[in-house]
Amino acid sequence: MAYSLEGKTGTWEIVCGLEIHAQVISESKLFSGASATYGGAPNAHVSFVDAGFPGMLPVINRECVAQAVRTGLGLKAQINLVSRFDRKNYFYADLPNGYQISQFEQPIVGTGDVEIELQDGTIKHIGITRLHLEQDAGKSMHDQHVSKSVIDLNRAGVALMEIVSEPDIRSPEEAGAYLRKIRQILRYLGTCDGNMEEGSMRADVNVSVRKPGEAFRTRCEIKNVNSVRFVMHAVEAEALRQIEVWESGGEVRQETRLYDPARGETRSMRSKEDAHDYRYFPEPDLLPLVLEEAFVAGLKAELPELPDEKRRRFCEEYGIPFYDAGVLVAEQATADFYESVAKGRDARLAANWISGDFFAAMNRTGRSIENPPVSGAALGELIDLIADKTINGRIAKDVFEEMVESGKPPGAIVEEKGLRQVTDTGAIEAAVAQVLAANPDKVAEYKAGKDKLFGFFVGQVMKAMQGKGNPALVNEEVKKQLG
Amino acid sequence: MSLLNLTIAEAARALGAKKFSAVELTAAHNAAIAALNPRLNAYITVTPELALAQAKAADARIAAGSAGPLTGIPLAIKDLFCTAGVRTTAASKILEPFVPPYESTVTRQLLEAGTVCLGKANLDEFAMGSSNITSGYGPVENPWKRNGSEARLVPGGSSGGSAAAVAARLAMGATGTDTGGSIRQPAAFTGLAGIKPTYGRCSRYGIVAFASSLDQAGPMARSVEDCAILLGAMSGFDAHDSTSAARAVPDFGAAIARGVKGLRIGIPAEYRMDGMSAEIAALWERGVAWLREQGAEIVDISLPHTKYGLAVYYIVAPAEASSNLARYDGVRFGARVDGEDLIDMYERTRAAGFGPEVKRRIMIGTYVLSHGYYDAYYLKAQKVRNLILRDFNNAFEKVDAILTPTAPSAAFGLGEKMDDPVTMYLNDVFTVPASLAGVPAMSIPAGLNAEGLPLGLQVIGKHFDEETVFAVSAALERAAGFTAMPSVRAE
Repeated sequence: MAYSLEGKTGTWEIVCGLEIHAQVISESKLFSGASATYGGAPNAHVSFVDAGFPGMLPVINRECVAQAVRTGLGLKAQINLVSRFDRKNYFYADLPNGYQISQFEQPIVGTGDVEIELQDGTIKHIGITRLHLEQDAGKSMHDQHVSKSVIDLNRAGVALMEIVSEPDIRSPEEAGAYLRKIRQILRYLGTCDGNMEEGSMRADVNVSVRKPGEAFRTRCEIKNVNSVRFVMHAVEAEALRQIEVWESGGEVRQETRLYDPARGETRSMRSKEDAHDYRYFPEPDLLPLVLEEAFVAGLKAELPELPDEKRRRFCEEYGIPFYDAGVLVAEQATADFYESVAKGRDARLAANWISGDFFAAMNRTGRSIENPPVSGAALGELIDLIADKTINGRIAKDVFEEMVESGKPPGAIVEEKGLRQVTDTGAIEAAVAQVLAANPDKVAEYKAGKDKLFGFFVGQVMKAMQGKGNPALVNEEVKKQLG
Repeated sequence: MSLLNLTIAEAARALGAKKFSAVELTAAHNAAIAALNPRLNAYITVTPELALAQAKAADARIAAGSAGPLTGIPLAIKDLFCTAGVRTTAASKILEPFVPPYESTVTRQLLEAGTVCLGKANLDEFAMGSSNITSGYGPVENPWKRNGSEARLVPGGSSGGSAAAVAARLAMGATGTDTGGSIRQPAAFTGLAGIKPTYGRCSRYGIVAFASSLDQAGPMARSVEDCAILLGAMSGFDAHDSTSAARAVPDFGAAIARGVKGLRIGIPAEYRMDGMSAEIAALWERGVAWLREQGAEIVDISLPHTKYGLAVYYIVAPAEASSNLARYDGVRFGARVDGEDLIDMYERTRAAGFGPEVKRRIMIGTYVLSHGYYDAYYLKAQKVRNLILRDFNNAFEKVDAILTPTAPSAAFGLGEKMDDPVTMYLNDVFTVPASLAGVPAMSIPAGLNAEGLPLGLQVIGKHFDEETVFAVSAALERAAGFTAMPSVRAE
């Protein structure tokens, strides 16, 4: 079912495209040797180039270029062997040169494709228009002094990738799924940490609405939205606003808007008429950026396995359901953890344990996959104990909780507490006989055709054996004695 | 013996032979500056103590036997080069006060070669001008006078302070920068040799930017050989400048003696413009004859897009300048005039800090880059610039170098050509095409006009073929035998 919004005049469709600004992970800035690390005392990571001093010149950072190419490859996009930098001119106090070096006409990465998955399992493709490299600006702070603004240039000159999508997004859910997918891919690639709270990833959201089958109507751009949830809210709020404008006989004006999360609405920032004239022109301080085929091929060869491929492989190699595989590959570290547990074991059982008890314990204890409540090796050992029938699944849950609690290895816990499963058929025979003898009325009912009672007998036997009975043997014996 | 009339090559030999010390040579220049700079205004900042300290270090190097051809040679540094610890103004009030914490690559290389910095030479504000009258630190007086006249003439520009200093013997040589003729035209106006090398030959790192795709550093001196020696030290690849060329620096000095026998010299028809003065035309003819006599083959060539050069230049250069000068906003360095808010502060700061010519060019540049005009002006100019480059490439398939006049006239008077900026821009008509094409070009003094003022000829070469430019220039220099000296000079 396609997402749509109902207005007074009928059904409306959302048309949305995202421009994602992702801060490149690199040691130093895009055009200077200053550190690109987050934080630090204000203006501690600023070179004369970053501060726009007279006579200073930009020199491209090769690693930032490599990161952009890796990202382009990860987005299955065209890598442009020749690209160019341009100056985007505007005055602001935290823009030291009075221009931002960006790529306007010839970006380093061209069209690509990203696959997203919706709640109902639908797979959809979102087109990538382009990815280009540009410099970040500094930060203005207006609350540090009564009458003055202060400037921190630590971020000025840090490399950003702007990833522009086609207007292929049709619902808030798709917008959220797309943003999460981009973040996931960038994290896998190690090209951006995707940390939206720290501002290392943010999105400009373009929204318009139309009646199904119509051409595109005028769009508005919502600037600098900094969480997945806000992007989804902003798309919906802006679409509803535009529908109201159209339906009340008005016309949507092309403009830049801001999303106010507190009020859940967007509001006008500047109209098209007040838009900056950025006076783009080719950056004369830099030569065109020319990449060798071999450079790109080298990066491609070293690309990590990406989430979509990994998910498919998990399904094939480990025989786990597509949905479960999706959960396991959400983060690279989780996928690695899973593989370390699943390798050489019952991979489905490993998947169930990780997405069940393990994730629950991780959330409960507030730990992470990097600092897990139970190590991969210990969890593997626990699964081995189940596989070799030392313990049964029921007991294993208790052992797992004890592992989380005490950090002891599962083998030691089983020995200490005497939790080994009973496979001694004599003991099982005796226990079954005892349970049947104690419940003659239930036995009669069963024999009269109440099959459901079978489970009751098994449960009673397990209880009598403190849960340690081998479930298969117990089942078999109950069946046998009930005749 | 006067220490002030020597060429750099002569002084280097004398220093090596211990005929005088670097300290004596520098002291003589310091004294000359003290005597004449108040009148000529060739220097914005003088650094006599620094110069003496550097001269002392040079003497130690000479004594240790580790001196090079420039050790102990006192120079004027155009005040567009950032010099660590020495005030740098770009002749603009907007940079006041600015003392760079870094040294430009060109001046660092000169210091490493042992040169002595006498001071920072005056120029047109941000190198925008052809007469040195746009300087925020006052105009420079050309040390040359018309016969029988005391009228003050301009030294040309933008490297007018460098030119006046070297011509008046207030320095043995100078650094200049050339964006559309800023080395060659003042060299012609003051009877000096000056070369704009190939774009990319010298690093632009640490040079206050005017128009990035055109700016090139180069030397000005009293002989072709001196220019060759200086350029050798100024050139070379610099990792700090992405547009500098990763090419070996040839021995420019060795090219001086090559001669022109067998070289094909192009004479472009399009430079023979309507209204060219008879004196300039005659000078050009004389240059042709001198080269032919020395065995060169003269070839008529065509550079068909020459006539668009000035128009293209006055779009491209202001466009880049409007962006390059955006950083002078009062926020981080230089002058600031406080205002009601940020925009008001920008407006007040820039209104007070920039002179009228700089403002004019920022406005032209902003206009040609603005939405709706970009295609008609900037983009079209870039296309024509490519055609101009192609003209040169085509010509250089037939010839080894091109000979033209440097400027359409001799030095003019302070106050002349001031009312109409376009008349002033016409000064650059012969120099601008080589800048747009990025090819090397040199001006050499070739004679005096009827009023006794020097005139220059220009030699244009292929990309990175400064050697041929030096060879042809040296041949012209030998034939011209230019020995005239300006009437205002230190003795």
